[in-house]
Amino acid sequence: MIDDETVRHVARLARLRLSPDEEKVMREELSGILEHIDAIRAMDLDGVPPTTHVITLENVVRPDVPVPGLPREEALREAAHATDEGFGVPRMD
Amino acid sequence: MGLRDLTATGQIAAIRAGETSSEELVDAHLAAIGADDVDAFLAVDAEGARERAREIDAMPERPPLAGVPIGIKDALSVRDVVTTSGSRMLEGFRPVYTATCVARLEAAGAVVVGKTNMDEFAMGSSTENSAFKNTLNPWDHGRVPGGSSGGSAAAVAERQVPWSLGSDTGGSIRQPAALCGIVGMKPTYGAISRYGLIAFASSLDQVGPLARSVEDAALLLQHMVGRDPMDSTSLEWPGGIVAPTATDLSGMRVGVVEELMGEGIEPGVRAAIDAALGTVEELGGTVVPVSLPSALSGLATYYVLAPAECSANLARFDGIRYGPVAPAANLLDQYETTRGDLFGPEVKRRIMLGTFALASGYYDQYYGRAQRVRTLMGREFARAFEQVDLLASPTSPTVAFPLGDRTADPYAMYMADVCTIPVSLAGLPAISIPCGLADGLPVGLQLAGPAFSENALLGAAHALEGALAFDTRPPGLVT
Repeated sequence: MIDDETVRHVARLARLRLSPDEEKVMREELSGILEHIDAIRAMDLDGVPPTTHVITLENVVRPDVPVPGLPREEALREAAHATDEGFGVPRMD
Repeated sequence: MGLRDLTATGQIAAIRAGETSSEELVDAHLAAIGADDVDAFLAVDAEGARERAREIDAMPERPPLAGVPIGIKDALSVRDVVTTSGSRMLEGFRPVYTATCVARLEAAGAVVVGKTNMDEFAMGSSTENSAFKNTLNPWDHGRVPGGSSGGSAAAVAERQVPWSLGSDTGGSIRQPAALCGIVGMKPTYGAISRYGLIAFASSLDQVGPLARSVEDAALLLQHMVGRDPMDSTSLEWPGGIVAPTATDLSGMRVGVVEELMGEGIEPGVRAAIDAALGTVEELGGTVVPVSLPSALSGLATYYVLAPAECSANLARFDGIRYGPVAPAANLLDQYETTRGDLFGPEVKRRIMLGTFALASGYYDQYYGRAQRVRTLMGREFARAFEQVDLLASPTSPTVAFPLGDRTADPYAMYMADVCTIPVSLAGLPAISIPCGLADGLPVGLQLAGPAFSENALLGAAHALEGALAFDTRPPGLVT
């Protein structure tokens, strides 16, 4: 149901490196799970609207008053690579 | 009876009566954690806990929770205490803030002794997906404690803490509570702030208590509910949570969910549930069959929605802002390598499943339809609650299963949550209480109610707990 190309495409979208063995197992397991999930594709859902949130809340706002945020040194504290000013990352090429 | 045999409420009373101190209690529980043979904890903050206990003991007026120890699921951030969510992706991570629910309990006088083991990022039903270790069921060390809050459940059953916090997305508090013979509650969605809870599926995640009595679960809940400016989905809680005192169920109509009592439910589990329903009637309640036609579609619906949300939530784990990194020459390579190396198999599976369900060309077939089934589920519950006050079902279709039994078959593991998921999809509150044994292992009874019916649920659970008189002590446990 899911082919190798789909597995590689989805892994790329998810920024997930999978070994060739993992790709194979993933294809089999996802296909198996989707067989069960396909039950919902057979249900009659005509005219049923989607639920995006179970408790109705609208426009939760707060007064627009500035408050101190996390100090920079704390925000950077757990990073594997940080400079004085921000998070360090490799080249984007 | 030793100090550790007291419920949290009993420990608070003992402190107030001058029979013990917070420090003595914390020491007794730390010693039990140190002698651990169920591997419930990932991190123990012995020094911090002792220091806090001494501070509370020195207070002229004791706070409400009086310095009683608590265990916190590792999905909840506690400032400066290593918090991993059971993942190598966060190995060594020390949060810079504390989750609101934990901060509220600390302000009320609870003492955090450590962080409990869990399935990686709360994805699992046996705690075997922890990147670090297995936790054992206190009732049988060859079996799983359930999950994902398996460490929190085992620690309470083993009397290493009188109570703990877990998080529940599709059953992760209720199912391990059932398998370990204790009480676990998932409140109404929005009851407790999720600020500081490492997100799995945001439209479903809720924090809740695990304890050895309904009264203790209510007390923890009482100090956590209510709006938090840091979580825009958290809600005001008018009237608060009151201590449950009910001793009968007069006038209470209890609906038994027919779809959750049939095939797939172990005979021993069904027998224990039937016996508990007999007790409901002895206490003056009425038991009637109720149908939730979509209940068995809940599992499939959940395994579209939860992975979809997790695939978005877990995008933040890229090795840049926290946790270890697998260095690479360019950014894309670093993302892919870090995530490929550090996420475990179940997390990868769910990220893949969720990304697939949200991908162009599949969205309407999977995510869109799952959201509509969710609406059906909500309508069916609403219709049921026109006829009955509460719904009853098993919490788990089976008792605790052997370690390794289901790790090779993802969907067999997913089945462990078949009874708890419908309630989660509808955002409703539910409690699991131990109601008997099957083959010497605990069986949990799940009671669910309409949104914000926590006080009624706790009352009914309290009355049943008194009549069932389940002994929460695992065989052979020495305290």
